[in-house]
Amino acid sequence: MERRDFIKLSGVGAGAIALPISGMAVSAEQLLDKPMDVIYKKKLADIALNAAKAKGATYADARIGRYLNQFVTTRETRVDNIVNTESAGIGVRVIANGTWGFASTSNMTPDSVAKAAEQAVAVAKANSKFQTVPVQLAPVKGVGDVSWQTPIKKNALEVPIKDKVDLLLSANDAALKNGANYITSILFLVNEQKYFASTDGSYIDQDVHRLWAPFFATAVGKEGFKQRTGLGNPVGMGFEYLDGKEEDKIRISGANVGYKNSYDMVEDAAAAGKQLKAKLKAKSVEPGKYDLVLDPAHLMLTIHESVGHPLELDRVLGYEANFAGTSFATLDKWKSKKFQYGSDIVNLFADKTQDYSLGNVGYDDEGVKTKEWDLVKDGVLVNYQATRDQVHMIDQKESHGCCYSQSWRDVQFQRMPNVSLKPNEKDISAEDVIKDVENGIYIAGRGSFSIDQQRYNFQFGGQLFYEIKNGKITEQIEDVAYQSNTQQFWNSCTQMAGKSDYRLGGSFFDGKGQPSQVSAVSHGCPTTRFNDINVINTARKV
Amino acid sequence: MTIVTEQHAKELLTKVIAYSKADEIECNLDGRIGGNIRYARNTVSTAGESSDLTLAVQSTFGKRVGVATINEFDDASLEKVVRRSEELAKLAPENPEHMPNFGKQSYQKSSTYFPNTAKVTPEDRAQAAENSIKPSKANDLVSSGFLEEEVTCTAIMNSSGLFAYNTATNVDFSVTIRTKDGKGSGWASRNYSDVNLLDTKEASEIAIEKSKGSVDAKEMEPGKYTVILEPAASVGLLDRLAGAFDQRQADEGRSFLSNQVEEGKEGPKNKLGQKMFDERVHIYSDPNHPIAPSAPFAGNGYPRNKVDWIKDGVIQNIPNTPYWAKHTGTKYVPRGGSFIMAGGDETLENMIKNTRRGILVTRLWYIRALDPQTLLQTGLTRDGTFYIENGKIKYPIKNFRFNESPIVMLNNIEALGKPVRIDGNMVPPMKIRDFTFSSLSDAV
Repeated sequence: MERRDFIKLSGVGAGAIALPISGMAVSAEQLLDKPMDVIYKKKLADIALNAAKAKGATYADARIGRYLNQFVTTRETRVDNIVNTESAGIGVRVIANGTWGFASTSNMTPDSVAKAAEQAVAVAKANSKFQTVPVQLAPVKGVGDVSWQTPIKKNALEVPIKDKVDLLLSANDAALKNGANYITSILFLVNEQKYFASTDGSYIDQDVHRLWAPFFATAVGKEGFKQRTGLGNPVGMGFEYLDGKEEDKIRISGANVGYKNSYDMVEDAAAAGKQLKAKLKAKSVEPGKYDLVLDPAHLMLTIHESVGHPLELDRVLGYEANFAGTSFATLDKWKSKKFQYGSDIVNLFADKTQDYSLGNVGYDDEGVKTKEWDLVKDGVLVNYQATRDQVHMIDQKESHGCCYSQSWRDVQFQRMPNVSLKPNEKDISAEDVIKDVENGIYIAGRGSFSIDQQRYNFQFGGQLFYEIKNGKITEQIEDVAYQSNTQQFWNSCTQMAGKSDYRLGGSFFDGKGQPSQVSAVSHGCPTTRFNDINVINTARKV
Repeated sequence: MTIVTEQHAKELLTKVIAYSKADEIECNLDGRIGGNIRYARNTVSTAGESSDLTLAVQSTFGKRVGVATINEFDDASLEKVVRRSEELAKLAPENPEHMPNFGKQSYQKSSTYFPNTAKVTPEDRAQAAENSIKPSKANDLVSSGFLEEEVTCTAIMNSSGLFAYNTATNVDFSVTIRTKDGKGSGWASRNYSDVNLLDTKEASEIAIEKSKGSVDAKEMEPGKYTVILEPAASVGLLDRLAGAFDQRQADEGRSFLSNQVEEGKEGPKNKLGQKMFDERVHIYSDPNHPIAPSAPFAGNGYPRNKVDWIKDGVIQNIPNTPYWAKHTGTKYVPRGGSFIMAGGDETLENMIKNTRRGILVTRLWYIRALDPQTLLQTGLTRDGTFYIENGKIKYPIKNFRFNESPIVMLNNIEALGKPVRIDGNMVPPMKIRDFTFSSLSDAV
């Protein structure tokens, strides 16, 4: 992900690091300042909506946002950076002459807000000259004044900096003591305080929290060097995610520990150190066909790339053709009601409502109440992910609630909701899935991932690879990547664990659009088996 | 206004520094104003304008550092942001690697600002979209594209006497044109500092030709092929190579530039001075390049001058940080603002004419690293892949997945053409032998 407006802190901090977070750094205590009063937000929003209407807009929405981020970066035994950022402003989106227009400003005086609304109308009118198909919005009933908050137990922004630093340095220490030579660990905290108002009569105040604590460990040996990243997940939770409770650990004998709704970062870092030592000496995979058993912290990314993105309706329709691409999952396949996306045990669903997930909100960024719906049912493609201005193109009357913008500064557009694989109705364990495999590979953690612009051909790596022989994990192996075709891959799905094994993984900085924007999205799944998949060896002499 | 003049910036930052009670203070002022338009399905989809100005203040007490920023510029706000950065510095743990601010520096004259780029209007952007949409409709094709232009300003001042100021302009245009049945796709992109160089009609014509020419692509067996990589195809691989140039990573043994030293023996830890590529490879940075200029200073205010990274295939310089330079007793070399790869005078057309059997690649997509030791990357061809036989484009072929390293690419050079600007860099078209394609893709 490469965005021009990433904050480059090289000039204003010791550790040069480019972070995909937009915003301004502010002091720690300011993060806890009381946000703008909701009554004042409503007044400002009404100024924007009225100014837009006065200039001829037939629809307008205003998003007043205060986006708070904190990131703490450590390396080995020291803290590289502690930065608090804040960004506040208003974005106004309008329809005039049947065309979208957008403008934003950080200056939230009534005059400036009205001017932004007028500028949005001017942009819409300039573009309408060449507009051939007017925008058509699915109806949304105004909800009046409502509010929603991520259900967090410990507000991570209120946790003392010292506790955060101690946690990261303890993880670093554990990795270094157990075999790593280098480690960088980071804590990302995000709080979106966003107020949405539209000419439909909605005034929606939301307080959204997300957290991610990744690490990147390296071991150097005479054989070269190996890397291992953390197996924790980004989540829509507070600091309680880092409590690392025993009941949230799923231990795979001979392999790794998987983490459910809380993460033991120190334990995982210690394991990474040991696994790195093994990686340096591990045998290189023999290329060929294998049965793969994929753990949720790995499979989440395969779901993201091979199900989440191809079923975004804007891709299917061609709105992303110039950047992210289009999709193999074309409308004729959906209309046939017979397109076998996966085997008949494959059920994939979308939602923006799952607890702990990154996509969890009450309303999307165009005021649509969020929900859950099926994408693939019993293996057959049944639906897409859509926004208000798209859904009429698939003969549906209700938006799916998939509109999102990364900040007040950027225009909202269709973004992926959580897309997840339903667990087996029989509550079998991950080890039950492994025990039936004769010749296979168990893969944990997300590695290299690449897929074509229509989402047919993909190649994925991982963090940890284990050989499975006659139902048992035997040893750690290296240089594994699998290549497949989306439809073929999902049709080779033969078994999955049950709900006790279901875990959420996620992508904290998923990039899409022009100008590119990031969003955060979760993918839930159990440990799952795919038969007869092509595995290549990624070692190369240069 | 979010774009401030040099004089205004100097006065503002002098005032900020006067509030400081810290051992050292450094201020960065960054302003941006920009507009964009996006179109798809032969109609405009989204468009907008945005602007912002941010002041970042870094205060230092000993080796404790704090950073705070603000986007309000009255006196009370300016003093507040200084106090906040000082409070944060007092709370921060000591960073043993912290380095003091640089003193006064002198810089080359900047050539990154072009006034016409700052004058683009919503109507100009709409016209650019129409320049793709109209000919696409006339050819029964479907266009989608994006135009974005921006003006930026940067000013840096510190309490040790450093002051740097720069303004820059940039315009990006890209267009994808597809056949209605989805069997053909063509693409073109342009990136300039000066909007006067941008011809959206010409770029759209190329995308139209490639779209029509790529219909009914034939399958070829994956394997090793001679390829002609257009600059948009090789820039992604070169970018990964440039990004992996880091002295500290190399010295720590975790880079393709690490030198394997036998245990117990002394020797250089990195490959500085070693020949790693074909002798024709010359990659450098030059802030004053006439077509791809960049700011004459790095983010910390240190001057950027012309510097060779690879010349005659030999590693000439590896960028580092002030701390690592001091730690290893080497010269501080900041990363370049962009990279320039030297080439020859041969046109792409001539390169095709001189190829008996090969593959022309328009661009590469979804490039991801497979192994940082070998810089092995994977990704796919996209939007125009053609088979060349006896000096002519014979027919379009289906897209391939590649698994290849830029190190191999720069060792297997057959010919280099005339460099063009792409993504802010200068890259020549390249003819490369034995480029590895590992599988086929059905994607168009």
